[in-house]
Amino acid sequence: MNVETSTPSGPPKPVPAESARPFGPAAAMLLAAGLGTFILGLLTTLAEASTGIKDGLQWNDRVGPLSGKTIIAAAVFFGGWGLLTGALRRSDPPWRTVVYATGALVALGLLMTFPTFFQAFAPD
Amino acid sequence: MELTSRETWTLIHGLILGSLFLLAFAGGLAGLYSFRTELVTSEGIRERLFRLRVGVTGMAVLAWATVITGTWVVYPWYRESLAGKSLEACAGLQAPNDKCSPKDFLLSNTSGDTSDWHEFGMEWKEHIAWIAPMLATAAALLVLYYGRNLVTDRRLRMIVLVLFVGAFGTAAIAGLFGALITKAAPVQ
Repeated sequence: MNVETSTPSGPPKPVPAESARPFGPAAAMLLAAGLGTFILGLLTTLAEASTGIKDGLQWNDRVGPLSGKTIIAAAVFFGGWGLLTGALRRSDPPWRTVVYATGALVALGLLMTFPTFFQAFAPD
Repeated sequence: MELTSRETWTLIHGLILGSLFLLAFAGGLAGLYSFRTELVTSEGIRERLFRLRVGVTGMAVLAWATVITGTWVVYPWYRESLAGKSLEACAGLQAPNDKCSPKDFLLSNTSGDTSDWHEFGMEWKEHIAWIAPMLATAAALLVLYYGRNLVTDRRLRMIVLVLFVGAFGTAAIAGLFGALITKAAPVQ
């Protein structure tokens, strides 16, 4: 497939384009980013609500519970990317659904990492 | 004129890695926005694609390096509990010292109403910062994988742009609070 481009100094020249690739790998990447963000937010809020969970996430004493939260979120991001890429790499999932799902996951993740929100769950 | 080891690491984290990421954003945004058939020639696409691939990959690496050094190197110095629960050791101080960590100092309110810098500012910064590398990596991998397809596929280009702007926005919030908190209670 060639793409016509116009230039100010001459007639359009053909641009050799790579063959169109399926949307699956993009969907996998988007959903993995959404899941990683969502899990980070969920763990942040859960750690605030429960001392047990907070202690359980303290994988390193110097860093505190942030160590567990961030390692799990990064693992979900990279692991999710690998698994979803394996599952979707040749498919063409509906992009609107994928974009909306990713948007919702990222928005929830952002909300749950906002201090005014997660501190509302702190025990009195 | 000298820098302590802690100040050096704080500089590497914030002023070198973090600032480079934020500065590179403008170039990446311009490159992505104009990466379309009506604005570039065939030769321009080839040259721009290489630059874009190197740029977005570099930004993703910078974002990970910034949050890893921030969380695992600088943050433990910020949060160590030196002054005890009463925070008495911070009384009368104008800056944190070896008996009163930056977190202790902010929570003690000894130099004014500073506790919100920790309870809101640092609490937000330490979490939201980790969203930036995930979004930046997603944008980078899409550019690496789809490459030239981004020129003709406006939808895909918009998705990459949104991820890219999201990575910048979250990093900018973290960077802004990092700078302000460091001003109020530097890691020394």
